[in-house]
Amino acid sequence: MAAERDDASWFGSSNTTGYWKGRLFEFGCLAATLFGILMVLALLAYVFIDAFALFEPQPAWLDIGFLTSAHSRFPERAGIFPALVGSVMMMLVIALSAFPVGVGAAIYLEEYAPDNRITSLIEVNIGNLAGVPSVVYGLLGLAVFVRFGGLGSGTVVVGGFTVGLLILPIVIISAQEAIRGVPDSMRQASYGMGATRWQTVRRVVLPEALPGILTGTILALGRAIGETAPLIMVGVATTVFSPPSGFFDRFSAMPMQIYSWVEYPSEAFQYGVMAAGVVTLLVILLAMNASAILIRNRYERR
Amino acid sequence: MSENRGSVDLTAGESVRSTKERAIRGLFFACAALSVLVTAGIIATLLFDALDFFTQVSPAAFYTGTNWSPEIRPYSYGVLPLLTNTLLVTVLSALVALPIGVAAAIYLSEYASTRIRSVIKPALEILAGIPTVVYGYFALVYITPALDTFLPLSTFNALSASIVVGIMIVPMVSSISEDAMSAVPDSLREAGYGMGATKFEVSTGIVVPAAVSGIFSSFILALSRAIGETMIVTVAAGMTPQMVTPGNIDTVMFESIQTMTAAMIQLGLSDVPSGSTSYQALFAIGLTLFAVTFIMNLLSNWVAARYREEYR
Repeated sequence: MAAERDDASWFGSSNTTGYWKGRLFEFGCLAATLFGILMVLALLAYVFIDAFALFEPQPAWLDIGFLTSAHSRFPERAGIFPALVGSVMMMLVIALSAFPVGVGAAIYLEEYAPDNRITSLIEVNIGNLAGVPSVVYGLLGLAVFVRFGGLGSGTVVVGGFTVGLLILPIVIISAQEAIRGVPDSMRQASYGMGATRWQTVRRVVLPEALPGILTGTILALGRAIGETAPLIMVGVATTVFSPPSGFFDRFSAMPMQIYSWVEYPSEAFQYGVMAAGVVTLLVILLAMNASAILIRNRYERR
Repeated sequence: MSENRGSVDLTAGESVRSTKERAIRGLFFACAALSVLVTAGIIATLLFDALDFFTQVSPAAFYTGTNWSPEIRPYSYGVLPLLTNTLLVTVLSALVALPIGVAAAIYLSEYASTRIRSVIKPALEILAGIPTVVYGYFALVYITPALDTFLPLSTFNALSASIVVGIMIVPMVSSISEDAMSAVPDSLREAGYGMGATKFEVSTGIVVPAAVSGIFSSFILALSRAIGETMIVTVAAGMTPQMVTPGNIDTVMFESIQTMTAAMIQLGLSDVPSGSTSYQALFAIGLTLFAVTFIMNLLSNWVAARYREEYR
């Protein structure tokens, strides 16, 4: 960041201990930076090795059969299919509920909101909501959607709405950043042509901010796909044997299915089936994150 | 952007147009107001059942009782074991995350080149994006057996869960601390170099103290995240609430414990009937958890805001 300087040459040999102390410190900081990354990389390597049974004679745990069959007591036959479908359907509910509301809130805060106390209350509140533990959102979903709304314990809509509320602050904050990035001159030009505020938002601001909004939303959905605690609180089943037939049907999600396998102590479940489930979840998550980064890079204005 | 443009347009469609504009504005306001409603909803739902719970179990018995047994008779609702277990995990994970996070922030802000930073920062973000149930699996299946070769560990234990919680919150500490360090004006660094200080002395003697409130704010936020973390401790730390005292920390950290969040998961999965005292205990813990993390988040905002005023 600041100007580089060769310490040793200025003060001669008397300062070499200071020089080595500095190098040691730099090296220590680098090691700390890499510690977490390398440790998780090593763990990921272990999971992949276990999921594909790379160093064992038996066939891979993660294969097409795992992706297309339901849970079974026998590790060889256990699969993740109903939970996979459940996760996808839940993501659909989340995207359809959290995306429009989050973007709407961001548009209000960036384009319409007067600079008053109500606005700053909303802003502070969104920041704080992002820090509420996810398990507490589960209690909110339980009280509002299951008990008060009567939507049925553990159904796809209840899970989707609950996790949707959870990621709403993230969607709002990232959409706000994207909208803030649209240059003001474009708005002025639109108003100069006699457009109303809504016309300006719809035809100028939103198209320009859309890549940024999409990037943030996909990252938020990536967070949503791994959420487990709120789903447990609203009564989502840990294991189901068939995929949900509709949005008001009971379902299970991939992280729930992985959690349920924790209870099977046999080695085949611990190091085989569970590893396969973790890899499936992580691959889908990484694919989503990669697509978010691609969108960001594709539309990045330079 | 705030001036009224409607008065320029004098066509007949004006009133229809402005009605539509106002409806759209109202719709967007409703979206933004929903966030306040969510907060109100959380507080209302937690209070509703928690207050009912506190009429049956006195707050004094809840917050000072040392026995937690909501599912097995004789029922007992002392939350202290869960609180001390949460505290244990928070402290142990802080011992992992805070030094590593600050060191990483110093490296990224003071030493790393732009290219290295552009690789390491997204890599750190990936750590934060891994689902916590996966982290729990890592702790249970890989970390515990590895540590078990030289430590007297139970299958479920506080130590491996805490280490993994620590790794999970490193990105939070490092990214917020790095922002704070990057915001320290270069003139301060140059003054240090002008006095003949080395890069090490400038980093530790000038940048870190100047950014201390930002770093502190990141600590509070990270601890709040560790307190509310659920699935890692549920999967890897077990379901055995234990009263932690200064005398037994060294043994309890190798054993199975149960944090507040893990107790909520256990109650959530159990078949305690809706409306029973045990069911409402869920909301009492939830309220406690919400209050603690909410206050910590506010505190972190406040500390960070103090810092920002200094340099802008």
